[in-house]
Amino acid sequence: MADDQFYREFILDHYRNPRNFGRLEGPDISHEEYNPLCGDLVGMDFRIEDGMIADVRFHGRGCAISQASASLMTERLKGMRLEDARKISKDDVLNELGIEISPARLKCALLSLKVLKVGAYGLANVDEEEFE
Amino acid sequence: MSTSRSSQAPPALDVEAVRKDFPIFETGVAYLDSANTAQRPRQVVQAMVEYFTTYNANILRAAYGLSETATARFEAAREKVRAFLNAGSTREIVFTRGTTESINLVAYAWGRQHVRTGDLLVCTVMEHHSNLVPWQILAGERGARLEFVDIDDHGRLRQDQFQRLLEQGPRLVAFNQVSNTLGTVNPYREMTAAAKAAGATVLIDGAQGAPHLGFDVREVGCDFYAFSGHKMCGPTGIGVLWGRRELLESMPPFLSGGEMIKAVFLDHTDYADLPHKFEAGTQAIAEAIGLGAAIDYLEGIGLDAIRAHEAEITEYAYEALSEIEGLRIFGPPPGPDRLGVLSFDLEGVHPHDVATILDRHGVCVRSGHNCTMPLLQRLDVPATTRASSYLYTTRDEIDRLVAALHDVKRIFTR
Ligand SMILES: Cc1ncc(COP(=O)(O)O)c(C=O)c1O
Repeated sequence: MADDQFYREFILDHYRNPRNFGRLEGPDISHEEYNPLCGDLVGMDFRIEDGMIADVRFHGRGCAISQASASLMTERLKGMRLEDARKISKDDVLNELGIEISPARLKCALLSLKVLKVGAYGLANVDEEEFE
Repeated sequence: MSTSRSSQAPPALDVEAVRKDFPIFETGVAYLDSANTAQRPRQVVQAMVEYFTTYNANILRAAYGLSETATARFEAAREKVRAFLNAGSTREIVFTRGTTESINLVAYAWGRQHVRTGDLLVCTVMEHHSNLVPWQILAGERGARLEFVDIDDHGRLRQDQFQRLLEQGPRLVAFNQVSNTLGTVNPYREMTAAAKAAGATVLIDGAQGAPHLGFDVREVGCDFYAFSGHKMCGPTGIGVLWGRRELLESMPPFLSGGEMIKAVFLDHTDYADLPHKFEAGTQAIAEAIGLGAAIDYLEGIGLDAIRAHEAEITEYAYEALSEIEGLRIFGPPPGPDRLGVLSFDLEGVHPHDVATILDRHGVCVRSGHNCTMPLLQRLDVPATTRASSYLYTTRDEIDRLVAALHDVKRIFTR
């Protein structure tokens, strides 16, 4: 039925068994963001070597969508060049989730993207619109 | 109107007949979010449409028939509010945009006049942000101390702690009549009496109390009472501040400009008499008239009948939810000091996921912090799912909630 489509098995799997969960010691980049609407928290630690994301961990708490999205994001990022990571778009994230997200839940799905972008660029260069 | 007058059984409420007054139920949704905003009956919508279509004009400032009619109906709505609160005079009834604005009015106009460095302001951990942030700002500005009464394990205010704070002679005591997260009905009569005896000014946030219990300002004896129209079947954008006349008289204006003046000169202004001194700018005329219609509607059914219906639904819902494994309800058990606001935690599932799946079953609930973040920090949960009921809530809607919750569990444990 419809809900099983929305909470697809792989999303629930990432929620229950998050990949790359935890902290890195002495990360090169570390950043956290809250979703003030629901109190969801996602933080990411990065180790950068020669412009490449050599390692990444995330931590946080919140709904299945925000946490699964963060877990999926870390899988995608490992081994990626930082300049490529900066190009990841809202659509890339939503396509990967592969489910229709209601406007109220969009912020949950895009929280990890916000952490990545703000962490990798610094807040000044980030367009808030991208995460709404 | 009061919970203590329960010796005589109130006339039963015919919920199916009531539901016919609310066109929205034709959509088939199970609406369990009335603590957020209530639904509006045709009678309220009709009163507003009648204003828009037959006597739409501004009030108080024009000398033609339409405007006179609009003014008369607007003031008639004020009289309905006065009677609803058993206030001594319509001069004590100030229309605002809602509870939030009412409390801000007091925090700015009264607070900046009366609160001094070192004063104590007493609030509670269960307050809605709108009865907390304005006091935080005031305390910060005036160098006052803001202390919070804690709750016990059942979500009731710690009266022992409240007494100890009163012994320190607070300037202000501000608390809600009913908690919008726990459903707790605070012992507001006793708390007011004790706070007044300690010399405090008392403000009660009635946003969740007025729609279900009503309020008698003269019986309770507080100084300020605030509530919102939209939580009691009225429109959004309208609310009320009731204040003791002497206090309102001595307070400076909050917002200033048109309508709140008697005469303006380049170097000074004479303010209008109460309540207009606090009603700057063009008022929410249709909304005030709608609120008057909502009061008529609720009183036509009878607050005692509404309360009895809600008590029955609350008990039914509390039992049904308690049977779900892994579900924990916050706040007191069903009884005279608890209303139909049921906030809960479902083990292993975030409230936003609960609400998303419930929505797919056509069940509307609130998920999040309910504007009570300090309370959730105290309960040590990041968010709750909240199902709340009102005069039109049915057992069938509760059954749909329970069935949908079982589906949540099925999805998250498969
Ligand atoms: C207890 C309580 N106080 C204050 C408010 C604020 O009311 P409004 O948003 O209508 O100003 C609410 C509404 O959620 C409430 O439940």
